[in-house]
Amino acid sequence: MERYSGTCPLTRRQIADEYFIESRNRLLEIAAFLDRLERAAEGGSERDFRVQAFQEALQLLCDGEEARVQRVQMLLSDPSTQLKAQLDQKSATGAHDHWRGEEL
Amino acid sequence: MRYIDHHAHMVSRTTDDYHQMALTGCVAVTEPAFWPGWDRLSAAGFEDYFRHITDFEPKRAAKYGIQHYCWLCLNPKEGEDRELAREVLARIPRYLECPTVLGLGEIGVNRVTRNEVETFHDHVALALEHNQLILIHTPHLEDKWKGTRVIIEALLQRSELKPGRVLIDHAEEHTIEMILENGFWTGLTLYPQTKVSLSRAADMIEMYGSERICVASACDWGASLPLAVPEFVLEMRRRGHSEALIDKVVYQNTVEFLGQSPNFRLQG
Ligand SMILES: [Zn+2]
Repeated sequence: MERYSGTCPLTRRQIADEYFIESRNRLLEIAAFLDRLERAAEGGSERDFRVQAFQEALQLLCDGEEARVQRVQMLLSDPSTQLKAQLDQKSATGAHDHWRGEEL
Repeated sequence: MRYIDHHAHMVSRTTDDYHQMALTGCVAVTEPAFWPGWDRLSAAGFEDYFRHITDFEPKRAAKYGIQHYCWLCLNPKEGEDRELAREVLARIPRYLECPTVLGLGEIGVNRVTRNEVETFHDHVALALEHNQLILIHTPHLEDKWKGTRVIIEALLQRSELKPGRVLIDHAEEHTIEMILENGFWTGLTLYPQTKVSLSRAADMIEMYGSERICVASACDWGASLPLAVPEFVLEMRRRGHSEALIDKVVYQNTVEFLGQSPNFRLQG
């Protein structure tokens, strides 16, 4: 991120003043989502690649490296350029299954 | 505050939305042809839609002092059906004569299939044949990086195509650089819950600059905000950005890109 240092006109203190409360709220939403998954009703416990990608993304946020948004975006993306033979579904699901075919 | 929303599906919005947009400084909207949320049965269905956005919608917008322009195509969500695409494409040229049509759009890909890419190529060829501007839809979520990459590679194959006449829309953090570094224009489209937020759009302007970037609401029949652009202006002001920078990304840049079409004439 060094190449972008100083591009936000606010100081660190001002960024915290402006964005802490709303970011805190989002953090709690994520915590609640993870807790909700653990409280889930019986059934449907099979591997879900979306949740798996989500959990990997959370790890990535804590690794101390830069460009977090770009790296989360790529973690959630299909990284190939291979064309699909035909339309499988109309809408995207939000995460790419990087683990398809892997025994987990 | 003045702004142009270059990506607004007004056929899905109420007159109340036009009213609010007018009150917040919207002077013009451009409406890309898109998917209504369900598949149309025939090319005739598209033709009625083209009549809607070239004739009825400009009149509705004018009542609020907003200029309405549009883009024509068979959208990426229906691009898998090659036969339908051929029929719709054959009907487009005569609508290009309409005085408020700016070009072909929003063309692109959805799930990045072979047929979708073929349909995309056909649209690009039609745009070049008729010397039209191009507005491109990039796929959302996990398909965005792949779709954007495939689209850019397809466009770069065409030596006769000028990147400055193409706007590749719905850019995000992982696609904006590849769009800009190849000379294309790009759009940041703002959504209330999914995709790009107001604050991330402001982050991207800070990190990637304000050249060849336009900001839009992409409001349609789904969860979206017709007032997303003025909300974005407030977000930029919250960070202390200058009115000149804000005006550039919500108005002047858009005028510069759209002004390449002889049909785009801002009045007043
Ligand atoms: Zn759209």
